[in-house]
Amino acid sequence: MTEFTPVASAIGGAMIGLSAIMLMLFMGRIAGISGIASRLLPPVAEDYGWRLAFVVGLIAAPIVYQQVSEQPIEQTVSGDLVLMGLAGLLVGFGSVFGGGCTSGHGVCGLSRLSVRSLIATVVFMVVAFVTVFLVRHGLGG
Amino acid sequence: MARIILGLVAGLIFGLGLVISGMSNPAKVLNFLDLFGTWDPSLAFVMGGAVLVTLVGYRLVWARGAPLIDTRFELPAKTDLDPRLLSGAAVFGVGWGLGGFCPGPALTAIPLGASGTMIFVPAMLIGMWLARQAPAGLLTARSAQS
Repeated sequence: MTEFTPVASAIGGAMIGLSAIMLMLFMGRIAGISGIASRLLPPVAEDYGWRLAFVVGLIAAPIVYQQVSEQPIEQTVSGDLVLMGLAGLLVGFGSVFGGGCTSGHGVCGLSRLSVRSLIATVVFMVVAFVTVFLVRHGLGG
Repeated sequence: MARIILGLVAGLIFGLGLVISGMSNPAKVLNFLDLFGTWDPSLAFVMGGAVLVTLVGYRLVWARGAPLIDTRFELPAKTDLDPRLLSGAAVFGVGWGLGGFCPGPALTAIPLGASGTMIFVPAMLIGMWLARQAPAGLLTARSAQS
């Protein structure tokens, strides 16, 4: 069980939106994490500087949060390393092959009213619902 | 230099948003995806909050005509629903459903140091690298033949 946190989640979501607006306002860029991160891999994009800085900011966030709030960050991650390795491989490949993830297609694409992003979002959401259903309730769950 | 600072600040705000919303916890994501079990609707509020703010913000920004420190808005031009988009999204969905991490939260979760995260992130980077190596016409050529 995890606690339903509508207020904190909506505030956190609004902050993600604020970050997306910042990138568009200053640099005219979409805040898609799979795009930003994957272009740091070879062949490295020419404008790698802000991309690397963005990823550093993402990674620094929990450290900053804990320093400021002095609250622990609740987290439960599967300890099944084979499962997590496979999941990582699929997430990395699928998001870049499909041109975006939850941020690029989900947040930014839906905000641009892009049909492509809407379809992509519906596809990965439905597939993820089915995957969780099969893991938890289907395959001997 | 301005770009570096902007990137850093935008990344930090994004990451803090993920932490505050609870999305750096894969259990919360998996519970959202578990409609018929321990359902936690929080993720819908994250998406709702993010899209609402961005939807309005983008329009105000675009009304300016150009970004502040760059010459033009770099928006995706593709509009077709090609097999690459659909298959990529489906593969991503399977991985997301298995691990409960999408790319942003996985990176943000690194300092929390869970062993699953430490395996997930390098595997994700390998997957991203592989997808970038895939030839542009990989699926389109095959589907045109069939």
